[in-house]
Amino acid sequence: MNSIFETFGFDVLLKGSNMIRLFEGLLVALKISIISVVISIVLGIILGVLMSLKNSVINAISRVYLEIVRIMPQMVLLFIVYFGATKAMNINLTAETASVIVFSFWGTAEMSDLVRGSLISIPLIQYESSEALGLSKYQTYLYVIIPQTIRRLLPLSINLITRMIKTTSLVMMIGIVEVLKVGQQIIEANRKTSPNAAFGIFATIFILYFIACWPISQLSKYLEKKWEN
Amino acid sequence: MEDILKVEHLHKEFDGFSVLNDINITVKKGEVVVVIGPSGCGKSTFLRCLNGLEEIQDGRVSLHDEVINPNKKNLRKTHEKIGMVFQSYDLFPHKTILQNVVLAPVKVQKRNKDEVEKEARKLLERVGLVSKADNYPRQLSGGQKQRVAIVRAMIMNPEILLFDEVTAALDPEMVKEVLDVVLSLAKEGRTMIIVTHEMAFARAVADRIVFIDGGDIVEESSPEEFFENPKSERAKRFLDSFKYIK
Repeated sequence: MNSIFETFGFDVLLKGSNMIRLFEGLLVALKISIISVVISIVLGIILGVLMSLKNSVINAISRVYLEIVRIMPQMVLLFIVYFGATKAMNINLTAETASVIVFSFWGTAEMSDLVRGSLISIPLIQYESSEALGLSKYQTYLYVIIPQTIRRLLPLSINLITRMIKTTSLVMMIGIVEVLKVGQQIIEANRKTSPNAAFGIFATIFILYFIACWPISQLSKYLEKKWEN
Repeated sequence: MEDILKVEHLHKEFDGFSVLNDINITVKKGEVVVVIGPSGCGKSTFLRCLNGLEEIQDGRVSLHDEVINPNKKNLRKTHEKIGMVFQSYDLFPHKTILQNVVLAPVKVQKRNKDEVEKEARKLLERVGLVSKADNYPRQLSGGQKQRVAIVRAMIMNPEILLFDEVTAALDPEMVKEVLDVVLSLAKEGRTMIIVTHEMAFARAVADRIVFIDGGDIVEESSPEEFFENPKSERAKRFLDSFKYIK
């Protein structure tokens, strides 16, 4: 039976544990991105707050940092950290650790810029009217400034999360067996019996990424709508 | 009547440029003082100095003999006694109208939340906005937002209310609804200092007009006297700028 199912190479998914292997590959990608996202958010908030203080030393350092991240392709960063730094500095890094370092380095830069932008976008009058009402500095931040900052920040940072998840597909370049690599392995292994596997596998990977990222991006849209003002 | 607010030799500079030279004024309890003058004359800055939003370079501002100075620790107590409404809509956009009004009395004055909400609704009722209590500021017009801002300042029971050009950013048809609220407060005997460009309103509401130009008080008199017979050349010129001849 040579069905459409086989023509487009979806049959290979049902062979052995191929589908489960793809899922496990996705989990590897998600694990790296989630750890990196958490680190990026924490460090990004700290750096973003520091940047909004307008200290000239902090500003100079952060500008260089942000510029490096903006200019450098993530893949080059991965190669530098995994192949370059480990050799040059004689440190033993696993590929996963190297990826988390690179993605956090990138994510922190983007996050800090978002935090800084959201903080300075709160108009001065919000601080002044809080002060005029007798709120202390602490109360002003707690009840007025931070809630507004979070409302501006959350949709933007959720966007960053989806970008980080999909960019993890690069880590196969340093030997991590994540979903894309698993897919390639399955295609290779079934070259004879399912010559059309490539379409089926990559289409499935597309769907897997979609399932992982779409709800997140919908959440960001929903929050943006809910909090518009 | 007792003196509430006393300003002595107030001097204010921005980057070495003098904005207010030597301002002296005393405000009595229940008095409504309207400050007018050309744009950039320093009248908004004057108001901001009164509740410590601006540092002053010399002189003294005191409320009941308590000195107001931006570096003093007791300034928060001062802010409870001096209410202020700003030109731009300064409501907190992430809070409902009711939440905007009750925030400070509950968090700063530590009053009972239910009681405060009851009072808030009463005050909102008075300015015709009780139906908007659960709406967000973005759902209100500019005039409605300003009325809420007035309620938010009033609920703190301040001894003196400062109004900084509260209608300057409003569409003309909304000016009256806001000024009517201010006028009703004046009739109630509240102590107020009002900076405005609305001359008809100034005349109606003021017990005393203070005319500021170039960082100095140029003229200080009753509204009748000021608008009918201004003494200074500068006040005459200023008032002429509001007249149109066909």
